[in-house]
Amino acid sequence: MIASMTLVLAVLAGILVVIVVRGAPSLTLAMIIQTPEGGYYLGKGGGIANAIVGSLCLAFGASFLSFLFGLPIAFALQKEYLGRRLAQITRLSLDILWGTPSIVYGAFGFIIMVYFGLRASLLGGIIALALLMLPIMIRSIEEVIRMTPPELKEASYALGATRIETTLTVVLRQALPGIVTGVLLAFGRGIGDAASILFTAGYTDYIPHSLFDPVASLPLAIFFQVATPIPEVQQRAYAAALILLIIVLLISLASRFLSRRCSRHIVR
Amino acid sequence: MVLAVAFANSIVLFIGLGLFIKSVPILQKKSILHLLLSSNWHPLKGEFGFYPFIIGTLEVTGIAMVLAIPVCLLSAIYLSEYAHYRFREIARVTVDIMAAIPSVIYGLWGVIVLVPFVCALGKMLDTPTTGYSLLAGGMILAIMASPVIISVSLEVLRTVPIQAREAALALGTTKWEAIKHVVLRSTLRGIFSAIILGFARAFGETIAVLMIVGNVPKVPKSIFDPAYPLPALLANNYGEMMSIPLYNSALLLSALILLLVVSVFNVTAQLALMRIERR
Repeated sequence: MIASMTLVLAVLAGILVVIVVRGAPSLTLAMIIQTPEGGYYLGKGGGIANAIVGSLCLAFGASFLSFLFGLPIAFALQKEYLGRRLAQITRLSLDILWGTPSIVYGAFGFIIMVYFGLRASLLGGIIALALLMLPIMIRSIEEVIRMTPPELKEASYALGATRIETTLTVVLRQALPGIVTGVLLAFGRGIGDAASILFTAGYTDYIPHSLFDPVASLPLAIFFQVATPIPEVQQRAYAAALILLIIVLLISLASRFLSRRCSRHIVR
Repeated sequence: MVLAVAFANSIVLFIGLGLFIKSVPILQKKSILHLLLSSNWHPLKGEFGFYPFIIGTLEVTGIAMVLAIPVCLLSAIYLSEYAHYRFREIARVTVDIMAAIPSVIYGLWGVIVLVPFVCALGKMLDTPTTGYSLLAGGMILAIMASPVIISVSLEVLRTVPIQAREAALALGTTKWEAIKHVVLRSTLRGIFSAIILGFARAFGETIAVLMIVGNVPKVPKSIFDPAYPLPALLANNYGEMMSIPLYNSALLLSALILLLVVSVFNVTAQLALMRIERR
């Protein structure tokens, strides 16, 4: 048993060490702040600023969009608004969505885009990613909302507050740590996902100027660059992977830290 | 509020319906059985046999499960029953981090580490291989599925009340007997769900597998042969070959198959977990 536990931990350590060791030598400032120059994919100068900015745009946009839809859904799952049976069905369908492979979101996003006549663009990528993030966000917010002590809500009702008032003042405050974790969790999942934006976001050497421009992203930058036979370009894939890994780990740390901070004001 | 809930429920339906409508053209031309069981994949001639891809998916996922299940279950039992609680918390965080690592990074790690490893292993066993093979794909999927299996089965194991263990120990059982007959017996269903959730995660995983499994549309003969799972097929070809009639439809049918299989597994597992939660 200890051996298998060690194996699991060793694999994780192995992944982190290999990515850091391979990525660190080629991680320069130029990589981070320059966009690709001519002949970049043959090993000439430039960086992956396009992919970094693109990934951040995609992830922020998608987080915002799915938060906009996700928060009301999470609130609506409380028993004041919804019968038990319906709430359970909704939870189940969110779980199905959570388990749906991201390539299916990509294909579905592409169908929607074709239907509305959109090209591969920032907007298309944001829509596909938002679909992917939605269940993650709702389920983690809702887990925390469910922990709100009923006495607290009852106290609010006893003072004459309506359902909406109670939700927006009492429950919202109680759910704050859950909201922070949920949003960051979804953000981290979204920024690292490649399959859903493979057809929907496109790829370009430029930083996007509008929602309808195609946009580059870190996961796809890694995916495309590692497939080339030129060692210098492969090196860049390792560096891009290191950047992505650092972003994801930072988000994971931040969510732990912030949720602990926010839970100071919570009544248990 | 009602609107919000209706929206949440309709997404699943819309995705399923959208994929179904798009895959109707090919279903009208060919019978579903023929599509699933034929191994002729020649899109230019209008022949779409999914058999090699389905077998590829099943085999790569199967290898992953064979590798992952024993290791993950033993780890979960260790964490739940033997480990110090502080170590358990650290391990939880570690597993969360493993789950948060993007799949493309797993894929890259597979290219750097697993592919040469499998290549060397093949040389040792006298089966020449490039390393881009079923085995490498299965190994990376095992690693990617393990956070799900470990964390869900750990949660399930922790739901067994401490009194149940104490009662068994008081009857004179050893610690392992108590775990085997009391803890594992009462959580069998939950552990099964954890495995199914891991299976579903591995089944639909795309990018990491695509990077190291070789992508040759043939039924693999050994674990050192390359394979071509369904998600990889979709990722490699979709969006490019829209001009060939029925190709688009065939690929969306594969997306629909993926969605259906994964959903069935997920629903089964979640329903079982819900029943445990209620207890």
